[in-house]
Amino acid sequence: MTESGMAASTALTGSTAQLKFRDPVRGKALAKALEKVTRDVGRAPVSVMHVCGSHEQSIAKFGLRAILPAGLNVIMGPGCPVCVTDTPEVDEAVVLAGDGVRIATYGDMVRVPGTMKSLGDMQAEGARIDVIYSAAQVVELARDTAEDVVFFASGFETTAVATAAIALMPDLPDNLSILSAHKYIPPVMEIVAEMPGSKVEGFLAAGHAAAITGYGIFERFVERHGIPVVVAGFEPLDILAGLVELVQLVRDGTPKVLNAFPRCVSREGNRNAQGQLWKVFRATGGRWRGIAHVPNGNLRLRDEFARLDTRKKYRIDLRRLWNHAAPALTQLCVCGDIMAGIAAPTDCPLFGKQCVPDTPVGACMVSSEGTCKIWHQYGGVPRL
Amino acid sequence: MCLGVPGRVIAVEDQIATVDFWGVVRETRLDIVDEPVAPGDYILNHVGFAIRKIPASEIGETLALYEHLMKEAEQDMMAADVRAEIAGLGQAGEGCDD
Ligand code: SF4
Repeated sequence: MTESGMAASTALTGSTAQLKFRDPVRGKALAKALEKVTRDVGRAPVSVMHVCGSHEQSIAKFGLRAILPAGLNVIMGPGCPVCVTDTPEVDEAVVLAGDGVRIATYGDMVRVPGTMKSLGDMQAEGARIDVIYSAAQVVELARDTAEDVVFFASGFETTAVATAAIALMPDLPDNLSILSAHKYIPPVMEIVAEMPGSKVEGFLAAGHAAAITGYGIFERFVERHGIPVVVAGFEPLDILAGLVELVQLVRDGTPKVLNAFPRCVSREGNRNAQGQLWKVFRATGGRWRGIAHVPNGNLRLRDEFARLDTRKKYRIDLRRLWNHAAPALTQLCVCGDIMAGIAAPTDCPLFGKQCVPDTPVGACMVSSEGTCKIWHQYGGVPRL
Repeated sequence: MCLGVPGRVIAVEDQIATVDFWGVVRETRLDIVDEPVAPGDYILNHVGFAIRKIPASEIGETLALYEHLMKEAEQDMMAADVRAEIAGLGQAGEGCDD
């Protein structure tokens, strides 16, 4: 926890320079403050949503749910990029892998189930799947081989800017192309806000995505929907402080954007990164797994980058996969409802039984940011 | 995962910085960060790219957080993610992709 991070919260006074991120005294003070502002709202429950898997991880890991006031409902939104990667997107990579193309992707993507198979299954059958950490590794990988390399690129805007930077590098090897499954967060907040029966009264926005886009991006959203947005970091005290601010805004009926993560986020964000992002990508409508068709929710390569676009370079025929019926178990997966905030993992008959981290049925059990995996790891987090 | 990892810049050559992440020295690309980066600066790393220069006043606390996270139990996913993020700066690893 940092000085400026805390200074943004009206719940604390005095010097916070020595503040440790898990300082229990400050944590308790914030929890008390949260309880008070929640009570001040005068009705229950107050429902807010976070849209970042890392927020859920912190909440589960540090047991924050246990100290959240009973009247406050913190809903997990569609914040796990692996989980919202749609099945056909995984299928595209699976088909290419089956055709002998080498696939480079981030770790969690290997186990995300497609319609029939995951990339991990393809690897077991002999396909070349390279797990990368840094986006820049794909360039080295392509330079070092004569084989075709496809960068199966997933993640939100924070990660998409790294892909954009790659696309803008001079002298990229011809054997490299990009299969973009990147997603853009702001439009899905609109979807959730407009869902019939949506109870979301405020959003806790992800600090690192906002580091790129700036918190100014949420101003129009707030104007349109009258719902407050607070940008928060990932330390427990960051989250508590962000929640205090958010519930204050709900209580006061003053929808606006507040930045509770000033050490990483400014109003304008990282202009350079935005420039690169929109030079390479355009936002287009597409499905988010389990959520909905999200207008402008998918990031796809612009025509100027067609030579780098896997979808232009290959004819990817998904019908071979779709001739088979989908495995019956996946039809029971309620990942989508969980991400939309209307179900919990314990509502799923497979949770902890047929679906566990080693043999995930749905994407929410794959990623360390997936709600089902987090609940499984931390023994579940019932409403306390 | 979107924690990002902060590190101290040792050297800068063109668009590549050599960065010390608690003794693990890795290269990080500077194509994205919007401020000039020089040796001694701290940066926030995400999938091998610096996404932000961290203001000097924030460094102590941020580092303390990650140091603490890294000491958490081995089973801990968040700590594992941060470790993987560091280990993976130059090699394959279970990574974050948001
Ligand atoms: S437990 Fe598995 S099958 Fe059930 S909702 Fe979660 S990911 Fe889907």
